[in-house]
Amino acid sequence: MNGIHDMGGMHGFGPIVREMDEPLFHQDWERRVFAIRQVTPVPIPGGSRNNIEQMDPATYLTTSYYEKWLHSAIKGMLDAGVITETELAAKIAQYQATPTAAVARHEDPHLVEQARARIRRPLKSPSRDLPLQPQFPVGSLVRVRNLHPPGHTRLPRYVRGKPGQVTRYYGIYDFQDAMPAGAAAPPQPLYAVRFDGQVLWGPAAEANSVVYLDMWESYLEPA
Amino acid sequence: MSTIHTEHQIPGPGSLADIRTKALESLLIEKGLISSDAIDAIVRAYEHDIGPLNGATVVARAWVDPVYKQRLLSDGTSAIAELGFGGREGVDMVVLENTPTVHNVVVCTLCSCYPWPVLGLPPAWYKSYAYRARVVREPRTVLQEFGLELPDMVEIRVWDSNSDMRYMVLPERPAGTEHLSETELRDLVTRDAMIGVARIATPAPAAQR
Repeated sequence: MNGIHDMGGMHGFGPIVREMDEPLFHQDWERRVFAIRQVTPVPIPGGSRNNIEQMDPATYLTTSYYEKWLHSAIKGMLDAGVITETELAAKIAQYQATPTAAVARHEDPHLVEQARARIRRPLKSPSRDLPLQPQFPVGSLVRVRNLHPPGHTRLPRYVRGKPGQVTRYYGIYDFQDAMPAGAAAPPQPLYAVRFDGQVLWGPAAEANSVVYLDMWESYLEPA
Repeated sequence: MSTIHTEHQIPGPGSLADIRTKALESLLIEKGLISSDAIDAIVRAYEHDIGPLNGATVVARAWVDPVYKQRLLSDGTSAIAELGFGGREGVDMVVLENTPTVHNVVVCTLCSCYPWPVLGLPPAWYKSYAYRARVVREPRTVLQEFGLELPDMVEIRVWDSNSDMRYMVLPERPAGTEHLSETELRDLVTRDAMIGVARIATPAPAAQR
């Protein structure tokens, strides 16, 4: 979707603010939101990124990073049917009444082992061993198709319609864009494509600069 | 009454975010899906174990072992796994070599993709709207703000992590480090150099033995 999250090339966000101490988490709830997402063995329907991209643009801009994660986690658990609106509202009311109350601890060493394994094991790559012939050999001149899918896409706006050159072939990968309900994402050849700064930004481009993006084959057409 | 927030203003204890997090955590615990000690273990792993030291170990090995370096550049995932690193947000790793004429820098304009197994979780600036918006359009200006001035003859390659490939930069080994051990080299490597917003300076003579 042509959402606010698609920020490449935008103006107006000012200087890049760097912190002196760079804490990974600024508040304890951020720690917990991050870890809840890592340990919960229930996938978020439609994916976490999609949930975040569907946020109202003004809300997206004015919420912090882990507030977006929290929004996505709650929506995901509701959508997956793991929790209900009613029980969520009751819990929120309970903690609003006693904001300093801690969550009652429950320990389960088996879940600890599962969680550790989940982050550390070499997860299966979304690549596929399929007899698909890539259409664009390395070195091919290509053009990005002018696509504006309404759902989740990995094709940033700033590169649509632009010519580039295939520089690497990565293999066959599951397509990550949103598919119509019920349809499986078809695996496709995935490439690294190089785009000249001048092509992307015209006279505003900085000297001798290029951008590389990963392109599924359906994003591309021959130049 | 609503307050105008920015991405940099983070709600504190007792905020709605805090309360909603407690509510979610409590419900998932009650349903037997998660446990308090599993949450603690994951926090500990990312706060203490999984960080840029892993990436620095990979870089130092590549600096001292040309055969390893070739493997690292041709199949990053496998070469990094040889040193024991891999997993979530690093299932398909691509390592980009900086040279005297090529400088690579990594971003995720659409969200916050970052190679966790080798660099840990990203710093706030990497996830900021400003970095995401700007580094693809004005990489030289952004690098200058990080204190890195590169001559025009150096090609700047910005890698936008828009698929599931995760990118890490192999910085140039600084001059004057021929006498250093692999461990000493590892200690020179910075996270920012592996993102590509810094180079690694020759260590000051005082630091040399």
